[in-house]
Amino acid sequence: MEIDFKIALIGNPNTGKSTLFNDLTGLNQKTGNFPGVTVDKKLGYHITETGKVLQIIDLPGIYSLYPRAGDDTISYQVLCDRGHPDHPERVIVVVDASNLKRNLLLFTQVADLNIPVVLALNMMDIVRRNGIELDIENLSKELGVPVVPINARGNEGLEELVLAIEKTDLAGKKIHIPEMENLAEDMISEIKNEFQLESSYSALLLAHQYSLIKSLTQEENTRIKAIRDRYNFDSVRIQTQETILRYRFISKILDHTLRRLTEPKLVSQSEKIDRILTHKIWGLVIFLFVLFLVFQSIFTLAQYPMDLIDHGFGLLGDFIRNHMPDNALTHLLVDGVLAGLRGVAIFLPQILILFAFIAFLEDTGYMARVSFMMDRLMRKVGLNGKSVVPLISGVACAVPAIMATRTIENTKDRLITILVTPLMSCSARLPVYTLLISLFVPKGYLFGLLDYRGLCLLGMYLIGFFAAIGASSVLKMVLKTNVNSFFILELPIYRWPKGSDVLLTLIQKGKTFLFEAGKVIVAVSIILWVLASYGPGNRFQEIEKKYNNPEFTRGMNSTEASLKKKTELLENSYAGQMGHLLEPVIRPLGYDWKIGIALIASFAAREVFVGTMSTLYSVEGDKDNQSSIRQKMQEARNTETGKPIFSMAVAFSLMLFYAFAMQCTSTLAVVKRETKSWSWPIFQFGYMTGLAYLFSFVIYQILK
Amino acid sequence: MGLFLFGFIINKGDFRFYPFMNLSELNIGQTAKIHGFTDQLVSVKLMEMGCVPGEVVKLVKIAPFGDPISISVSGYELSLRKKEAATVLVI
Repeated sequence: MEIDFKIALIGNPNTGKSTLFNDLTGLNQKTGNFPGVTVDKKLGYHITETGKVLQIIDLPGIYSLYPRAGDDTISYQVLCDRGHPDHPERVIVVVDASNLKRNLLLFTQVADLNIPVVLALNMMDIVRRNGIELDIENLSKELGVPVVPINARGNEGLEELVLAIEKTDLAGKKIHIPEMENLAEDMISEIKNEFQLESSYSALLLAHQYSLIKSLTQEENTRIKAIRDRYNFDSVRIQTQETILRYRFISKILDHTLRRLTEPKLVSQSEKIDRILTHKIWGLVIFLFVLFLVFQSIFTLAQYPMDLIDHGFGLLGDFIRNHMPDNALTHLLVDGVLAGLRGVAIFLPQILILFAFIAFLEDTGYMARVSFMMDRLMRKVGLNGKSVVPLISGVACAVPAIMATRTIENTKDRLITILVTPLMSCSARLPVYTLLISLFVPKGYLFGLLDYRGLCLLGMYLIGFFAAIGASSVLKMVLKTNVNSFFILELPIYRWPKGSDVLLTLIQKGKTFLFEAGKVIVAVSIILWVLASYGPGNRFQEIEKKYNNPEFTRGMNSTEASLKKKTELLENSYAGQMGHLLEPVIRPLGYDWKIGIALIASFAAREVFVGTMSTLYSVEGDKDNQSSIRQKMQEARNTETGKPIFSMAVAFSLMLFYAFAMQCTSTLAVVKRETKSWSWPIFQFGYMTGLAYLFSFVIYQILK
Repeated sequence: MGLFLFGFIINKGDFRFYPFMNLSELNIGQTAKIHGFTDQLVSVKLMEMGCVPGEVVKLVKIAPFGDPISISVSGYELSLRKKEAATVLVI
C-alpha cells in the first residue's frame, strides 16, 4: 500500500484519542511493537474520499513532552526524533475541549516542533452542555493552525478533520510566546547551529532529554552534554519557567475565545456520582460488589464457551487421528501442537470477559476512582493505587496483568507489582484446584448454603491474594530506591463508553494474548511431547518387543495391555526419567515420580497437570472426564507400602505447591520483556518456587 | 499576601514564617489560590497538570482511607497524595 501521509495522533489521556483513532481506521488496524521497547504500537489506515491513504499512529496519551513513565517516552521519541522510523509528517493534537486550558499545554509544545499540526476539539457536546461557547475561528487564528470541532463518540466532524489534515502545512502564523526566547537562548542557538535544527524548541528539548533520542550517536550525546554543562543548564528550573509561560499564553488566548453563557454548576455531575462511588462506606461496598460481579462472570459465563472450545479441540484431534496414518508426525500434531493450542485457546473466554470488564470500567472513568480509593492501602504494602488493576487481572491470567502494569509511573512500585502479580490465583490453577479438591473435600453445604468445595476454592484464592500482599511488603523493605513514589492521577468525568471501542480493545488484547502466550505454550508443549514420547537408548524398542510377545500379554485383554504398555513407555521416557530424578527432591512433599512428571509438564501451563495425570493413571477415553481421573487417583497405591498415594496430605501439599510455584513459562517471558532483564524473572522463579516448596513441605509434614 | 492567618510552613533549614497554608490542609469544599511550591520535582509534575501559581483550586473529596485527596483545578479533577499536596502553598 502506497502511503500518502504519515500522521500521528497525540493528546492527553482521557481525551477520546483512541475513540477517534477507532473512528478513523475501524478494523483497518494492526498492533505491533516499537522496536526495542514493549509499548504496543497502534497503527491504522484511513482512505480519504479522494483516495489518499493516511497512515495513522495512535501514540500513548501524555500531558506534556516531558515523559514521566515508560509509555510516555515513546510518544516523545516518535514526535521529537526525526530519525525515528515512525516520525510523522503531520500531527493531530486531540484535546478535551471541556478542559481546554490543561489540554492546550501539550498542543503549544507540539506546535513548536515545526511539524504541520491540526487541533481537534473533542467532546464538544460537553462544552455545549456546560454552557460554554468557543470562538473557533478566533482560536484558529490565535493558534495559527486549523481547529476542527469533533465529537468522536458520535462520529461527528471526522470528514472536516481529514480535509484539514490533508491541507495543513507550516504556512500559518506560528505560536509566538516572546518570553520563551529568553529561556537559555545562547545554549539553544548553539545547539541549533551544531545540529542544524530549525525549531528552537526542538533544540531546547534536546538539551533536556537528549538521552531519550535514540538516533543520536554516542559522540553527539557527549557534545550536547558538553554544551549543557558549559551553560550550566538547569533542566528543572527551565522546564518550570517554560510551563508557566505557556500557561500564561494559553490563559490570555482563552480569555477572548472562551465565553461562559451560564454560570458553572457548583457541583458537577461526576462529583455527585462520586459522593456515592467513592463514599467512605458505600464506595468500598460497591467496589467489592463490582469485584464479585467480575469474578462471577469469569467463572460462570466463561464456562460455556470453554466447554465448546474443549469439545471442538477434542473433535479435531479425533478427526486427525482417524484420518492420518498412525505415525510420529500425527502424534506430534495431536498430542504436541494441538494440545498446546488447546491450552491457549481454552483461556480466551475468561480473558476476554475480564478485559471487557476492565475496558468498560476504565472507559467509564471508574478505574481511576478505584486507584484513588485503594492507594492508601496499597501503599502500606509497597504497592500503588494503580497496582489494583494488574492484581485483579491476575485472577484471569498473569500475562496480560503484567502488561497492565505499564500505567504505573514509579519504577519500584511497578517492579513489585510485576513480581507479586503471578501469586494471584490465575485461571490455569483452577482445573488443578478443582480436581484436587474434589478428591478430598466432601460434597455438602455449610449452613445449607455455602458449598464446602466452593469455600475451599475461595480459600485458595485468598491464599494467593495474601501471598501477593505479603510478598510485596517484604519486597518493599528489601528493594531500595531513592526515587519518591508519586501518585498524581486525573479523575476523568464519568462517561458511558462507546461499544465499538470496548470491542476493538477486546479484539486487540485477545490477539496479543493468543500470539504472545501462544508462542511459548505451543513451543513448550512440543518439547514436552518429545520428552514424553522418546526415551534414552533402546528402552522403547525393548518394551515394544516385550508387549509384542503373546506370552507376556496372555491373560490381559487388549486395552489393558495397551494401557500398561503406555504407562511403562512413559516411565521410561525422558520425562519419566526426569520424574525419577526429581523424586528424592519432592519426596519430602509427599510426591512420587508420576507427580514429578506432572510438575515438570506443568511448566508449559499449569492446567496440563490434569491431562498429565490422566495419561499417567491411564484413564480411558475422554481426557477430561474428571470423575474417572479421580477414581484412578484415589485407587492409586504406593507399590512398596500399599498405602494410597493421594492422601489428604498430598492433595493439600500439591494445592499449596501450585498456589505458590512459578510454573508458567509465558509469564516468565513477559516479565523478561517488561523488566528488560533476565535477572528479575529468574529471581521471581526462585522466590516463588522456594515458597512453594517450603509451604508444601510444612503442610505435608503436619498432615501426614 | 501579607495575611498571617493560616499558619506557617517550615522548610528544610529555612525557618522563616510563611503566611500560607498548604493544599493538604483545606477542608472539603474549600477553595484557595495556588501561590507556590516547596518541592521542585513535585511542582514540575503538578504544573504540567495545570496547577500553576494563581490558579484557584477546590478540595473536592478525600479517599475512604483518608488519603489521597482530590482537587478541582482548571476545570477538571486531579487526585494526589497528601504528601504531595503538602508541598503546594495556597492562600
